[in-house]
Amino acid sequence: MSDWIAIAKFEDLPRLGARVVQFDTVRVAVFRTSSDEVFAVKDACPHRGGPLSQGIVHGKLVTCPLHNWRIDLTSGEAVQPDRGCVHTYQTRVEAGQVYLRLAASKSAAESCASHA
Amino acid sequence: MQKMKLVMVGNGMAGMRTIEELLKIAPGLYDITVFGAELHPNYNRILLSPVLAGEQTTQDIVLNSMDWYAEHGIHLHLGKKVGRIDRKQRVVEAEDGTRAEYDRLLLATGSTPFMLPVPGADLPGVIAFRDIGDVEAMINASSQYKRAVVIGGGLLGLEAANGLKLRGMEVSVVHLGSWLMERQLDEPAARLLQKSLEDKGLKFLLQKQTAELVKGESGRVCAVNFKDGDSVPADLVVMAVGIRPNTALAESAGIHCERGIVVNDTLQTYDPRIYAVGECVSHRGVAYGLVAPLFEQAKVAANHLAEYGIGRYEGSVTSTKLKVTGIDLFSAGDFIGGEGTESLVFSDPSCGDYKKVVIKDNKLVGACLYGDTINGAWYFDLLREGTDIAQFRKTILFGQHHLGDSGHGPADHVAALPDKAEICGCNGVCKGDIVKAIVDKKLFTLDEVRAHTKASSSCGSCTGLVEAVLAQTVGGDYSAAPSKKPLCKCTEHSHDEIIAAIKEQKLKSMRAVFDALEWKTPDGCANCRPALNYYLLARWPGEYQDDKHSRFINERAHGNIQKDGSFSVVPRMWGGLTNPKELRAIADVAEKYQVPEVKVTGGQRIDLFGVKKEDLPAMWQDLSAAGFVSGHAYGKALRTVKTCVGSQWCRFGTQDSTGLGVKLEQLTWGSWMPHKFKLAVSGCPRNCAEATIKDFGVVCVDSGYELHVGGNGGIKVRVTDLLCKVETEAQVMAYCGAFTQLYREEAHYLERTAPWVERVGLNYIKGRIVDDAAGRAALFERFKYGQQFAQVDPWKERAEGADAAEFQTIRITA
Ligand SMILES: Cc1cc2nc3c(=O)[nH]c(=O)nc-3n(C[C@H](O)[C@H](O)[C@H](O)COP(=O)(O)OP(=O)(O)OC[C@H]3O[C@@H](n4cnc5c(N)ncnc54)[C@H](O)[C@@H]3O)c2cc1C
Ligand code: HEM
Ligand code: SF4
Ligand code: SF4
Ligand code: FES
Repeated sequence: MSDWIAIAKFEDLPRLGARVVQFDTVRVAVFRTSSDEVFAVKDACPHRGGPLSQGIVHGKLVTCPLHNWRIDLTSGEAVQPDRGCVHTYQTRVEAGQVYLRLAASKSAAESCASHA
Repeated sequence: MQKMKLVMVGNGMAGMRTIEELLKIAPGLYDITVFGAELHPNYNRILLSPVLAGEQTTQDIVLNSMDWYAEHGIHLHLGKKVGRIDRKQRVVEAEDGTRAEYDRLLLATGSTPFMLPVPGADLPGVIAFRDIGDVEAMINASSQYKRAVVIGGGLLGLEAANGLKLRGMEVSVVHLGSWLMERQLDEPAARLLQKSLEDKGLKFLLQKQTAELVKGESGRVCAVNFKDGDSVPADLVVMAVGIRPNTALAESAGIHCERGIVVNDTLQTYDPRIYAVGECVSHRGVAYGLVAPLFEQAKVAANHLAEYGIGRYEGSVTSTKLKVTGIDLFSAGDFIGGEGTESLVFSDPSCGDYKKVVIKDNKLVGACLYGDTINGAWYFDLLREGTDIAQFRKTILFGQHHLGDSGHGPADHVAALPDKAEICGCNGVCKGDIVKAIVDKKLFTLDEVRAHTKASSSCGSCTGLVEAVLAQTVGGDYSAAPSKKPLCKCTEHSHDEIIAAIKEQKLKSMRAVFDALEWKTPDGCANCRPALNYYLLARWPGEYQDDKHSRFINERAHGNIQKDGSFSVVPRMWGGLTNPKELRAIADVAEKYQVPEVKVTGGQRIDLFGVKKEDLPAMWQDLSAAGFVSGHAYGKALRTVKTCVGSQWCRFGTQDSTGLGVKLEQLTWGSWMPHKFKLAVSGCPRNCAEATIKDFGVVCVDSGYELHVGGNGGIKVRVTDLLCKVETEAQVMAYCGAFTQLYREEAHYLERTAPWVERVGLNYIKGRIVDDAAGRAALFERFKYGQQFAQVDPWKERAEGADAAEFQTIRITA
């Protein structure tokens, strides 16, 4: 499908780390967990816009480097009691290549619906 | 197998606290039955005074609701007074015939108010102040009658009098002694107290002995007559002349009693199946009448009931506060003084301030404060710990702040802060916000407060203050929290346990720690991973492979992340020295990378702000070429050695402070620490380099070097403690290395030297560094060994291509 964009080789993503992918319009943080799952979220913390890509990854969470909010990478939601949500993007790994879909199937409003 | 049966008699504060402690450590061990003579579930008796004063309601003061008993499967018999214990059959029987068998029996029958044996003491309208029933009777009387007399000018009597006054009655307090609260206050303090209570409208009749209570026409009490012939009218008489341990039940069962039920240090009575706690008990000849010691007893009794058999109760020192709003007094220990003691007194009657401390052999043995009681908690600590106060005797009356309080034991200080005082500077959280969150959301632990308010969740330097706010807000209950703090939610283990396990079990990787200590999460969290990474690195230099994904971004990217996501760059300038060539190189770099701001830091370095992450390696390349290495301004690491000009130039200088600073920086740079670590060297006691607020500070004097430790600037400044004086530069280096290594090996991650020194005590550190020459040498050797691996410039490595991906952004254009 044409809207899947190849962004990096899987091996270029550090385990328990992240890479920053700069598109024309948006900066995306792409994470790889200890179990080798890949997640992508907008690189801006729902709190005050901190660069989530620079945080510490643990489980399926990332802790924001600025004020320690924890963000669930699967949903983009902040872990309670913090409240907020960041846009997530679909990713897929095929033949060692990581692809990302910018036009998410769900709109930002929808994927963060519980905070409407 | 059938569970053992535990029966508790006396559904009050001490007994129920014991049950709670027991359920905490050995849930399900016993089938529990509780008898209580009162009709209420366990409530906070202390708060009867605010209930009487109309500040709280009886619902507010319930400690264990009926549901709580049900949830814990406790058989509760309310309104049933136990009248008999059959120790052979091991059965108790209530007055209504209800029986319960026991394997263990816990007596917690409290005490009974002492009623003066004068004629008329049994008249209607004459009551004590002990339980909810008494408070209800007083509240009723206050709506129907006008004149109240309280007999007894002690703690309880004054709280009763204050409450009745607030309920609109005219109140006189009758007291036998020549001043109020003579068991807690000396005369000058008591006079100040009397004056403020008189200002609130109370009347006092001192040195009056009650002869009889007079019966009025209605059959109710109408007056109090005194031995000297005087008389006062009274529609309500409250007797608050003392309490007697309630031993009747125990005595009738043949259990040995003196003033109270006699127990040993494990709270066992003479019948080993029967335990006793609370006011009914006599321990080493003392019966207590305040809750703090009773709660200590409860903890020990629970431990023995749980069959752990650890812990002894060895008696308590108590302190007193009066719960009358607007009046602050504090007293503890021997506040009168006598032979062999000295008293220090400060008195300012017009401000209503009085302070007295009693000293014996350079130790505080008693204190009595009126008005400004902010230092009460501190004195109480000194008293209990038996601290040698010789060093600050002169200023002790002015309080801890004069010692350079570090903010790590600041309960009293916090109490005095206004709501809008900022506690957490990092997240801009004020005291009021924290208190509100604690109250509204019923928070109980530091973690909860961190989660809900963010206070203390960033740099952590305000942790002590936040804990103090928590302790102050939830009150005595907070101290009941376990003293062992797990490192974080991923583990049950404390910092010390983890440090020990890494050393003893030779754990050399993060995975090994997770496995050996049964971590609860797959890869830890942002709290424990950096801590473990540090502990492993500090313990196994050269063996443990540093894990950059377990470091905060600052240490991963070797720069300080700024609020806009850019970084700052601080090149090392040894001892604060620089030269034109270096300055020119910095200027060139600043221009080449269009650095938006250049600033001189507090640590005598130059800071380049607003650098894009992608530019870092190239910039470091240029700096490296000019001879600079990383200044580690971003790390939990050695930061800076600040120096003054010293004997090189200054007309006061006694030694070459600058040169020594450079040597110290060359010794220590690059080493990772539990927290940031700063040094300074001043060339004379004028101390221009501010060495006495550093982690390790050197003040040069004519005859050598004074070494100071455990200072910091920051939110709460702490002045260093003097470690010792040495004579040569070589000694300064050795002591510095040894102290640093001790801190590296034993402090908790994110604990600066100031709270660490306070936690372990200066004497401990002197013992390890000053008194133990062989130990000092070994520490210094270990430090130097570790430095071989640590003194690698991270900037140069990255300029040469290491870890390149960290700094590269993937760009995709449509
Ligand atoms: C008004 C007031 C203010 C106080 N203020 C303070 C203060 O500020 N600070 C402080 O530290 N302390 C204060 N105290 C003291 C503190 O409340 C007591 O030290 C504490 O409550 C004693 O606990 P306890 O469990 O030993 O006894 P209690 O709490 O009295 O519990 C004993 C219970 O056992 C019941 N009982 C007795 N015999 C039997 C029986 N045979 N069968 C069944 N049940 C029985 C009693 O009815 C009672 O409910 C105050 C006390 C009062 C009355
Ligand atoms: C007792 C009073 C003091 C005297 C007599 C004194 C005197 C001096 C002198 C003579 C110098 C050297 C100036 C030069 O020729 O370069 C100096 C430097 C300095 N003083 Fe003080 N000083 C005193 C207290 C302080 C205090 C309390 C501070 C700050 C807390 C301070 C901060 C400084 C600083 C920052 C320098 C520059 C040091 C350097 O970088 O070399 N001084 N002082
Ligand atoms: S540099 Fe330090 S004092 Fe200044 S704003 Fe930042 S944290 Fe606060
Ligand atoms: S500390 Fe002493 S030697 Fe150093 S600059 Fe100040 S006055 Fe001079
Ligand atoms: S910006 Fe992420 S926690 Fe504040």
